[in-house]
Amino acid sequence: MQLTGAEIVVRCLQEEGVEYLFGYPGGAVLFLYDELFKQNKVKHILVRHEQGAVHAADGYARSTDKVGVALVTSGPGVTNAVTGIATAYMDSIPLVIITGQVPTHAIGQDAFQECDTVGITRPCVKHNFLVKDVKDIASTIKKAFYIAATGRPGPVVVDIPKDITAHKTEFSYPDQVPMRSYNPVVKGHPGQIKKAIQVLLSAKRPMIYTGGGVILGDASQQLTQLVRLLDFPCTNTLMGLGGYPATDPKFVGMLGMHGTYEANMAMQHCDVLLAIGARFDDRVIGNPKHFFQEQRTIIHVDIDPSSISKRVRVDIPVVGSVRDVLQELIKQLQAGKEKPDQAALKNWWAQIQQWRGRDCLKYDRSSAIIKPQFVIEKLYAITKGDAFVTSDVGQHQMWAAQFYKFDKPRRWINSGGLGTMGVGLPYAMGVQLAHPKAAVACVTGEASIQMCIQELSTCKQYRLPIKVVSLNNKYMGMVRQWQEFFHGNRYAESYMDALPDFVKLAESYGHVGMRIEKPADVEPALKEAFARKKDLVFMDFVTDQTENVFPMVPGGKGLSEMILV
Amino acid sequence: MRHIISILLENEAGALSRVAGLFSARGYNIESLAVAPTEDATLSRMTIVTNGSDEVIEQITKQLNKLIDVIKVVDLSEGEHIERELMLVKVRAVGKDREEMKRMTDIFRGRIIDVTDRDYTIELTGPGSKLDAFLKAIDRAAILETVRTGASGIGRGDRILKV
Repeated sequence: MQLTGAEIVVRCLQEEGVEYLFGYPGGAVLFLYDELFKQNKVKHILVRHEQGAVHAADGYARSTDKVGVALVTSGPGVTNAVTGIATAYMDSIPLVIITGQVPTHAIGQDAFQECDTVGITRPCVKHNFLVKDVKDIASTIKKAFYIAATGRPGPVVVDIPKDITAHKTEFSYPDQVPMRSYNPVVKGHPGQIKKAIQVLLSAKRPMIYTGGGVILGDASQQLTQLVRLLDFPCTNTLMGLGGYPATDPKFVGMLGMHGTYEANMAMQHCDVLLAIGARFDDRVIGNPKHFFQEQRTIIHVDIDPSSISKRVRVDIPVVGSVRDVLQELIKQLQAGKEKPDQAALKNWWAQIQQWRGRDCLKYDRSSAIIKPQFVIEKLYAITKGDAFVTSDVGQHQMWAAQFYKFDKPRRWINSGGLGTMGVGLPYAMGVQLAHPKAAVACVTGEASIQMCIQELSTCKQYRLPIKVVSLNNKYMGMVRQWQEFFHGNRYAESYMDALPDFVKLAESYGHVGMRIEKPADVEPALKEAFARKKDLVFMDFVTDQTENVFPMVPGGKGLSEMILV
Repeated sequence: MRHIISILLENEAGALSRVAGLFSARGYNIESLAVAPTEDATLSRMTIVTNGSDEVIEQITKQLNKLIDVIKVVDLSEGEHIERELMLVKVRAVGKDREEMKRMTDIFRGRIIDVTDRDYTIELTGPGSKLDAFLKAIDRAAILETVRTGASGIGRGDRILKV
């Protein structure tokens, strides 16, 4: 039987087992929406802005191991989606974004709602396609899902002109699509793994540093096993939190610009560094020249060869899937007779304990004004450390990362690479849909939340009981902090003079709003909010306007050159 | 250092812009870029001349390999290879210059492929340095127009780039 292109797209999504499709209709995708209307396998979530659609699909993907899917129309639908696509690209999140395009005969004619989607998205996708023949739809969508989810994951855009969605052809969904130009490596090189083991066993001051690759590669169990086997200290990047249980004594906290004193010092002074699914980015190791003032042997496990020796020279690269390589490391360590140098390790741990004693995350607990760190600590306590926490970008993001101890992977959802303000609420939508019974908190600030605040309306439509924890200091806090430290306290445009009444705003969207002004009210408010299982509760915490995030490695400085409280 | 990189990629719309976009997005240099389909019409062969430190060249080859349309990448300068470039030069050829241009063309083993009473169009093939040398050897004021294809390269002997 012949099907239209639109029917084929919907059938492909069904074949891929797509549960939710986040989207917004428009002229170029009307045939597609018509077909979605006629079925109920793929549930469409109508957002209020295309950016929200892609972020929500992204949040869905981050909190599961599935591919997130979004559907937007041509022209402005695509350009609005670009921020979401670039955000996912920077953090290697598997997405398939289907975009409408003007009819093939109108392409290049500056038609209404036309834009060069493939051109605009090219630098921020893993790959993209323009489908020019209805016969190519099924194989292209198959390829898109395959490319998005395998190797180093990433977003894939499939641009489909309107006339193609109306044309007809026979439909069959391929089981696999052979691609001679795309064959990601899975198994690590045995020789390299052997070398890595020798170096690990010879370490006097070892350090294990892991990133988002452990989360995306579903390797946190293997990582935990390896760390315990070796008794080495472990740190996670912002993207890697939850990869190793944060409450375990071997965890030394997050590292980097706002990492703990002990993590950054151990990173700087280790003699053997095992980096897993991480990319030594500027927010993690600071100034690479300073990093290399100390001698150390670096082993780097990553699925993407281009991540290796990009910013720092690596001694032993192991290209492969993080989980496979970790399994192999564990197997060989268990089979071998050699153990790490216990005496050296004991000294190293004593040194780390001393650094820990610096208590770098301390803050004024007796303050009469609500301290933002205090809110996160209470959030952690009340949710028993088991919530899904999304965040926006800025100070609140760093406090959430520092004070919420993630013991499980895929619980901490934030924009690490691109640093996109506004992701928090749509992320929480995707997470809540994927985990309908779970507690989902969106830690945000009064600035970030306003970048996608329209999605409160989507939350009402689908009854998503997200708990918005807004740390309201009336400033773009991180901008203000940098202006205080590096720009002579000149707070250029970082103060928001005309904020809405967030309680009324939440109420006007049909949600529950709370304003919390005293430290004593923080815990009761959070308790009440999380007890309201069916309601979205917007908590507007009036927090200290002058609080800063510490420790801090200033831009261009080395990891051990932290500003401390 | 100067490197000459050969790429085998899918002959698809947009494949060239993926490669060119990669170079501009990551701040790599392109000295020249030449591309055309191969004997297998589904494949294109591209030659890029670039320069950079060893670290930069390593990243360039890794990033090129990461592009979904790219099938194989070889840094030809890592081994024995041949490179050739084609240049067409239109020169003023009047009076005593006319004979001089003919002589220079012969010395450089070029060919005059178009003649009018006022000018010659000369075709010259060789490594880039030979083409440069020719342009230096003739009177600069006589040059009316030049067009160069950029280098194409191939490995020597059994250094073969194929799917």
